[in-house]
Order: sequence, then structure tokens, then C-alpha cells
Amino acid sequence: MNTKVNLAGVEFKNPVMEASGTFGSGMEYSEFVDLNKLGAVVTKGVANVPWQGNPTPRIAEVYGGMLNAIGLQNPGIDVFVDRDIPFLKQFDTKIIVNVCGKTTEDYVEVVERLSNEPVDMLEINISCPNVKEGGIAFGQDPKAVEAITREVKRYAKQPVIMKLSPNVTDITVMAKAAEAGGADVLSLINTITGMKIDVERQTFAIANKTGGLSGPVVKPIAVRMVYQAANAVNIPIIGMGGICNGEDAIEFILAGASAVSVGTANFMNPRATEEVVKGIEDYMIRHNIDDINSLVGIVK
Amino acid sequence: MKYKETVKVVSQTCLADGVYSMWLSTENIAGEAAAGQFISLYCQDGSRILPRPISICETDREKKAIRIVYRVVGKGTEEFSKYTEGQEIPVMGPLGNGFFKKNKSALLVAGGIGIPPMVQLAKELKQEYGCKITIVAGYRDCKMFLKDDLSKYGDLYVATEDGSFGTKGNVIDVIEENRLSADVIYSCGPTPMLRAVKAFGEKHNIETQISLEEKMACGIGACLACVCKSRETDDHSHVHNKRICADGPVFYAGEVEI
Repeated sequence: MNTKVNLAGVEFKNPVMEASGTFGSGMEYSEFVDLNKLGAVVTKGVANVPWQGNPTPRIAEVYGGMLNAIGLQNPGIDVFVDRDIPFLKQFDTKIIVNVCGKTTEDYVEVVERLSNEPVDMLEINISCPNVKEGGIAFGQDPKAVEAITREVKRYAKQPVIMKLSPNVTDITVMAKAAEAGGADVLSLINTITGMKIDVERQTFAIANKTGGLSGPVVKPIAVRMVYQAANAVNIPIIGMGGICNGEDAIEFILAGASAVSVGTANFMNPRATEEVVKGIEDYMIRHNIDDINSLVGIVK
Repeated sequence: MKYKETVKVVSQTCLADGVYSMWLSTENIAGEAAAGQFISLYCQDGSRILPRPISICETDREKKAIRIVYRVVGKGTEEFSKYTEGQEIPVMGPLGNGFFKKNKSALLVAGGIGIPPMVQLAKELKQEYGCKITIVAGYRDCKMFLKDDLSKYGDLYVATEDGSFGTKGNVIDVIEENRLSADVIYSCGPTPMLRAVKAFGEKHNIETQISLEEKMACGIGACLACVCKSRETDDHSHVHNKRICADGPVFYAGEVEI
């Protein structure tokens, strides 16, 4: 049985990663999960300098999901390179670093800083809905998506994943723009902008007023967008949005994803990532599938 | 060491209006839990995806059991309140750092649903150090809980907001009325109370530890949802945001801005 997948020349032992921001750099979850069993660890977004993030409360639960507006709190690239990369190098898994910034120059600075680091891929976050500058501002305009992709690609030594926002009218336009800019891989979806009002206190549930919706509740939207994007571009896609188990992961793969990320499910079960790996294997046995790649995008 | 395990309800009783006490038999958690730590309980209902962080009220190492005392504040805790003996609950714990126990006279100051962790703290301080323990508990009204559990381990003073029992007013009113003091203050309760306790500790130059709460997602320090403003830069992001779940929930009062 083959679970190996190849994205832009990088081979992953299986198609399962975790979604940026839900897993730190894996340190905390390594008490519950054997990181060696994952295809890759995708780090929380890192910027050129430390970011404070947003005021609290930063999260709220909603029916079947949650809203978050952490605001990309992170230690900046210097601490990250000294601490997080050496930690991850101890494991037999691929390292994907999620990069955030307020300006194109910020992104490029981080990308250049990582050029000589033992990092397998870069994921460029142009879709965070919770920061005023950067983030989603780049992700909702196809010209901006193409321009930043091209700029990042100019400096990147590793293959580049562009992480797309679902907060757009037509995801295929953004997917094509990233492809035109030279993206090696696409990942989607980031969270969907939402709001919760606490009716007892008559105020917003989170301090940022709006937050990104994630969890099982978003899965049908994510599957639809992965399907649309996969049929619009010729580069591989990492699918995510509400994946909790092997069947959820297979659903994204059938829709056209070559790999999958487990995000909010980590909060529902700290061992979710490993269980998704096992769930995919069980599915393959049950359906007599020899190669996971044979399932990618077969539902048309 | 933290564990994800399935615990079993041994017993559940209602202590007061909306306040429940549940003993849970555990495999590993009881053996490692320290006063001031918490566990995260997952709901059975799949529409509620986040675990509920609840402080440990008491630990019985011999029986490998822990007790939680919690208030029903929403659908998740309402679900827990309906559990009966034998119910299995997925749980993660013990989480966070407990109180920094000192072999010095202790003043335990707690309000509302911040009272439960004081039971285990008082028990451990008495058993381990035999130090003088004074406890101040603040309630809304005469629907009180854990009074007898606390008075076993120290001199208990009570305040009620409506004056229906003990001193009318808040925990600071009781402390001042009775001129209570100690070498160390350990405190848990609503933020306005903790603010007052912190100010009291500073005014009287008493070492003060406070236990904070915030909405949490992961509960183990990865997601950065439950941060608080800290005086020093934090270990994780090197900004001024300590993680309540992982760096706390207990902090020295001077460490954090509340």
C-alpha cells in the first residue's frame, strides 16, 4: 500500500499534515502525537519580527465549529530559526514553514532568511482574516495574489505553497492568479470570516469583533472550493477545512486534493492527526486501494 | 506529563444552585495532578467542539480519582451536569501549573467558582507543611458550597454579596474586617476580585499568587488563544503575552496585568 505523495518534488510519507496555527511548531502536541507519523508539520505563521496578536477573548465556540482572531501572534523569524527548526529536525517528517507579513517586503525578508535553513517548503499566508495589514488584503485581489506570489518565488529557495482565502466570490480566479505567479502548490481553505454576538452580554464574543470560522461546520464549503480549484489549475492542492477523520480526508482527496491538513480537530482531540493517518490507511484497505494518489480528484 | 484518557463518573451531586460536584476515576491524571491544575473535558455532543477547562477541586491518589466542582454556565457544563455514575468522559490533563506551595503561613482567598481549587491546595499545604491556613470564601448569597470541605483545613471566613451569611460584601471586606494576614496569599476567582487581591497584596507587601481564566481552545499552549498581558516577555512568542493554559493558570500577581 502506498501512502507517499509528491508535491513539487518533495516526497511526503503520507498526505497528512496539520493546518498552520492549530499546532504551534509541534512541541506541545508532541506529548500526544508521534510527529514521525505525519507527512509534514506546518508551523504557525512566522513574521520578520515578533507580533503581539489581538486582544482577548480571541476565540468563541459556535455550533459545530469555532471562531478565532488570534492575530498571528508569533516570536518572529530569529527565535523561530534558533528554536523551532532544530526542534522539528529531530523528527522524520517534512517541515513546512507558514510565512506571514504586513508588506511584501516583510514576506520576502522571512523567505530569504529561510533560504539556507533545513526547511522543505514555504506556505505563504495571504489569507488571514484577523490582521489589518497583510494577510487577507493580499488574498482577495487576483492581481495582488499574482504579484506577491511572483515576488516570493523570486527569493524562495524552497517550493512555495500559496494559502488561499475562501472569502472571495470565485476561488478559481485566485487559484489561477497564484498559479500564474509561479506557485508550486496551493493550500485551501483558510478560515471564513464570521461573527458571534453574545446575546446575554449584548456584545461581540471576541474582542476583534470578527473572527475566522473553522471546524466541521466549514467542511462542505472547503470541499467545494478544493474541487473548483483543482479543476481550474494544474498544480497540486493541499485541502483543509473541518477534517476530523480518515473519511473526511478521503473526501478532500476525491475532490482533488493531493494532501490534507488537520486543523481545528486538534482541539477536539489532540491525537486527531495520527488518527487521520490511520483512518486513511483503513479506508485504503477497505476499498482495496494500492496507491493513495490513484484517488486524487477522481470524483468529477 | 499530560494524558488524554477516558475517565468514568463515580458520583455526581448538586451542591448549590447550578453548582455540581463530580468525582471521576482516572488512570493517570489523579497520580500527577497538583493543586491549581485543571483538566479539559470533551462534550459528547459533536456540535460543541472545544473541551471545557475545569479546575481540579480535590485529588484522591489512593482511589485514583479526582473531583471537579463546576458551575453550569452554558450547554457544555449543562451536559456534564446530567452525567450519572458510570458515564465515560474523554479528558485531557492534568494541565497548566499549580500553585507554588510555600512552607509559610497562607491566606487562601477565593470567590465563586474560583473556590474549588482551594480545597486541594488547603489539603496539600496542611499535609505537607502543617502551616497556618486562613481561608476566605466569597459567595453571591447563602447558596454556598464547599464550606465544610474548606473548614477542615483552616480557619474559614465567609463573605456574601447580599449579606445573608458572614460578612456582607466581598473578600477584601472580610480580610479587612478581621485583620487577616499571612506570608503568602493564594487566590482564585473572578478578575475584579483578583485585581483587588493583587492590590491588597501589593499594599501590604505580601507575596500573592493568582489563578486566571480565559477562553481556551487547545489547553496545552499551542493555539495562543488564552493569553494575558505579562510584565516580562513570554517564553513562547517573546512578546508580553503569557499563555494562561501553559504558563499559568497560576501566576505571581506581579507577573501579569489584569
